[in-house]
Amino acid sequence: MNNSIALKSILTKEIQRFMRIWVQTLVPPAITISLYFVIFGSLIGSRIGEMGGFDYMSFIVPGLIMMSVITNSYSNVASSFFSAKWQRNVEEMLVAPVPNWVIVAGYVGGGMCRGILVGLIVTFVSLLFVDIQLHNIWVIIATVTLTSATFALGGLINAIFAGSFDDISIIPTFILTPLTYLGGVFYSISLLPEFWQGVSQINPIVYMVNAFRYGFLGISDVSLVTAFAVIIFFIVTLFTIAMVLISKGIGLRS
Amino acid sequence: MTYALEISALEKTYKGGFQALKGIDLTVTKGDFFALLGPNGAGKSTSIGVITSLVNKTGGKVKVFGYDIDTDLEKAKSFIGLVPQEFNFSQFEPLVNILVNQAGYYGVSKSVAIQRAEKYLKQLELWDKRDEPARALSGGMKRRLMIARALMHEPQMLILDEPTAGVDIELRRSMWDFLRELNQQGITIILTTHYLEEAEMLCRNIAIIDGGEIVEDTSMKKLLAQLDVETFVFDIKVGATLSELEHFAKQSPEIAYRVVDDHTLEVDLNKSQNLNQVFAQLNVGDIEVQSMRNKSNRLEALFVSLINNKKSDSKAKQQTVAVGAK
Repeated sequence: MNNSIALKSILTKEIQRFMRIWVQTLVPPAITISLYFVIFGSLIGSRIGEMGGFDYMSFIVPGLIMMSVITNSYSNVASSFFSAKWQRNVEEMLVAPVPNWVIVAGYVGGGMCRGILVGLIVTFVSLLFVDIQLHNIWVIIATVTLTSATFALGGLINAIFAGSFDDISIIPTFILTPLTYLGGVFYSISLLPEFWQGVSQINPIVYMVNAFRYGFLGISDVSLVTAFAVIIFFIVTLFTIAMVLISKGIGLRS
Repeated sequence: MTYALEISALEKTYKGGFQALKGIDLTVTKGDFFALLGPNGAGKSTSIGVITSLVNKTGGKVKVFGYDIDTDLEKAKSFIGLVPQEFNFSQFEPLVNILVNQAGYYGVSKSVAIQRAEKYLKQLELWDKRDEPARALSGGMKRRLMIARALMHEPQMLILDEPTAGVDIELRRSMWDFLRELNQQGITIILTTHYLEEAEMLCRNIAIIDGGEIVEDTSMKKLLAQLDVETFVFDIKVGATLSELEHFAKQSPEIAYRVVDDHTLEVDLNKSQNLNQVFAQLNVGDIEVQSMRNKSNRLEALFVSLINNKKSDSKAKQQTVAVGAK
């Protein structure tokens, strides 16, 4: 059995899916991010002045790109895998000799592709508002790749447990969005009182946003090594959970 | 001997305690055309679910072409093509994509998959619809799409769970021809159906499952040989009156005639009687027959009697237990 063909099939199917509905998947992030730039960047940002030694608009760009990557890589896998469960076409893979790691890698790969593609679109949109600096391209690539993988895995686990379409919107609404907003997208956590700085340390998105910001601006509230260690820890943990769930057939096999 | 399918002591108890399979044993030889029949909720789909790994078993063993699904699941899966009861493809994808992706899950390269997709879509008369999303197909077309999809990796065993449900007669017959052809090519076919005529026409061997237990496992020939009485319906040519028919029926007590109305006569024939005797008597009685047919499907009669026997047995057992308890 050639696993690479199976992996390619799942990946192709996933990419075809979000490209087929590009109006729903690729256009909204571009519009949302434009609004963020107009409201937070131009209108409010001009009154804030500098943050971390950079004008406010430049400071928030990496965080806004990362926010789009996180949201899209998560929601792509959550909605696609849940739809496959709901329409029962997930059975096409379950009856075939596809190893579980290929199913996980295929869906996560699809989520990563959408997350990174949306990240690129948002980057191009932000060029209309601000000149983007590049401090370390490899840190940018590594952070965006690993972060999209983390949240694609999160979306997959969400979809495995979900019993209805409501269940795949609960986590993004009540957990993901608050964590993202409190993850240092719009501010440096060094501005927070000491207690809240400590609380922010347990928010994984803080590490992702800061590592990503380091790649663009060369500044970060956390150490780069810690940031990558946290991201890799989450990837390993979530991948293990996803593998166990699919092997046991939780939410998939009766 | 290696069987296409070997099931022993297979059990499935769902969460909540419902025991869908109570330790069934079943073997299907290579190249067989096998029917698995049973009333709704008997355990047919659960059995198929376990064989194809969509349902986790709670006990027993399943081997597919000698490969145990507990130890060689991926190998076992590669032999099976499944046509499920419910439509389970993406409604939004074009037919060709559905087929090519499915082949990809079995490691079939894209170039080969495209050729096979063309072959099966043409054979199943879906080629014109190849670029349309699956939701645009009619019910019968969707069933054929699932057959094409199941064949994309050229499996050695095809399992069809009620493949002709909701399909019109003409289409059903063309699907029967297609399945016969596949079987002649050496593909083992396991079929569940509610159309007992379908099982009788296609299958060589049969198992009947009820309440999670196999109540009969034999060849179609042997099963039909168990049939004691067969009922024929005669359409009588206009001319005979109701009283004439009733008089005729009373005069011939050795054969069980029943007068339905002034142009319909039913007759029950046991194994020692034959139709020649009936026609001879009809000639003597000067009754002209326009046409004749079986009252019901022969297998249906047996099926009903086997299921009823099982119900009576279990009722009797319950009563015995109840008496014993007193």
